Amino acid sequence: MTDQSTMAPHLRKPRTSLFSTFSRARATRPGETYGVPGQGNTTWLSVATILALIFVWWAVTATGLVKPLFVPSPQSIVQKFVDVWVNGFTGAPLWQHILISTARVFGAFLLACAIGIPLGLAMGMSPIMRGIFDPPIEIYRPVPPLAYLPLMIIWFGIGETSKVLLIFLSVFAPIALGARAGVRSAAIEQIHAAYSFGASRWQVLRHVILPSAMPEILTAMRIGIGFGWTTLVAAEMVAATKGIGYMVLSASQFLQTSTVIMGIFVIAAIAYAFDLLMRFLERRLVPWKGKM
Amino acid sequence: MALEICNASVIYPAQAGRPPVEALSNINLHVDEHDFVVALGASGCGKSTLLNLIAGFLSPSSGKIVLDGSDVAGPGADRSVVFQKHALLPWLNVRDNVAFGLKLQGKGSAADAVAARFIALLGLSGFEKSPVYALSGGMQQRVGIARALTCDPKILLMDEPLGALDALTRERAQELILKIWKDTGKTVFLITHSVEEALFMGTKLIVMSPRPGRITYRFDLPFSRRFLDGVPARQVKASREFIELREEVLRIIFADEEQVA
Repeated sequence: MTDQSTMAPHLRKPRTSLFSTFSRARATRPGETYGVPGQGNTTWLSVATILALIFVWWAVTATGLVKPLFVPSPQSIVQKFVDVWVNGFTGAPLWQHILISTARVFGAFLLACAIGIPLGLAMGMSPIMRGIFDPPIEIYRPVPPLAYLPLMIIWFGIGETSKVLLIFLSVFAPIALGARAGVRSAAIEQIHAAYSFGASRWQVLRHVILPSAMPEILTAMRIGIGFGWTTLVAAEMVAATKGIGYMVLSASQFLQTSTVIMGIFVIAAIAYAFDLLMRFLERRLVPWKGKM
Repeated sequence: MALEICNASVIYPAQAGRPPVEALSNINLHVDEHDFVVALGASGCGKSTLLNLIAGFLSPSSGKIVLDGSDVAGPGADRSVVFQKHALLPWLNVRDNVAFGLKLQGKGSAADAVAARFIALLGLSGFEKSPVYALSGGMQQRVGIARALTCDPKILLMDEPLGALDALTRERAQELILKIWKDTGKTVFLITHSVEEALFMGTKLIVMSPRPGRITYRFDLPFSRRFLDGVPARQVKASREFIELREEVLRIIFADEEQVA
């Protein structure tokens, strides 16, 4: 008896056409929940997509369909990486470029955390602080960093200060606003309970509101450092002689496309590694996130 | 010790297009030491407002609340509150949640010993290091009660503490709270909207009615004493006296509802 119509429904071959996704779904198998939007594992599909993209990239370059000036081959990017690693770029080895860019982004990030988190918390806690700091932050936040880059140069010169400050400004707003929103995370019952055990306002802030805000603060830090890397290239437009952003910019002026692409991958790799680190920290620091 | 509520009224000011709301009207209540007072009523009758007054989260529009001879002016450790849910701190384990109140009061050195005592009393031994979010609803509530008890309050305030529990767990929890009430000799003020729970647990019952929120009936109850004297809980709840009173109270509450409707 192999007639499909007589088999139990779950033994039938599932229809997986795109159309069936939008028509009425079948009952799920045990262990899954019916009707959860977008459920399913994506790892294999993601890996396959990356491999396919690299293959297409390789194919269009190997067949000569696109000139190396526009799209260099994947191998040449790897070669360029090894070359710059060994011989350096404009007199400085690759690790120095990476180090100085990372130092700029992290310096700005740490500064933004040190100022933005307390300020955001204060804005969440006090209407006075919110009234004072909300307008300036909301006004400058949507402005692209490139727009106020000239101001930074006029005010702070072409040294490290203006570079770090530019990155700082792009990181600061999301972190401060995240911390401010995090203040609202504590349930009113948690706050009332603490007061009914004799807590002072400071203790409620320290022992209830701050820990409750941690998940949002960590998320804001993740988003913030992302903005930091986004602004790096703009910051290193200013009279830089080292840095990944500088490397990409000056390579582009000499049409060294492979160096440009290699630099982009290096920035992406560092940013992604840091994102993974932040997610790891999130799991370690706030394992209770979303559980109560 | 005694808690005295004298002519307390709470009036919420008028809001855009709505007249002022009298949430509580002229409440008078006397609570003696070791009393177990239960406030019962449909939603909107002001029982939570009354608890907020006693806890000190809300000051009355008129009248006053006096605990042990001094006016209640704000929240304090002599009136710990147990909430229905969401009040535990998920970043602390069971022991640290229970010890939380004492640590806030700077009694950290004694906190662990006191916490251990109440963890045992609430049947949580062995779970000291468990994260609270991994516990069942019933166990979470026991953590909440243990935490409030460590503060050694003059009166324990419970805001529908069992409202989120399933029916079976709820009956067990009622019995546990009564036994702890007997062991610790605490004064308790508990809010519920379950008539059976109110009759079974309280020594004094106040029935409240909405619009304006007020106390309409008061009963003295014998049932919790019977249970604590050894009569099984189901037998207490199935007795003729219990059932007759239950029906009477239900009639009162339903009559309120119909008046409003």
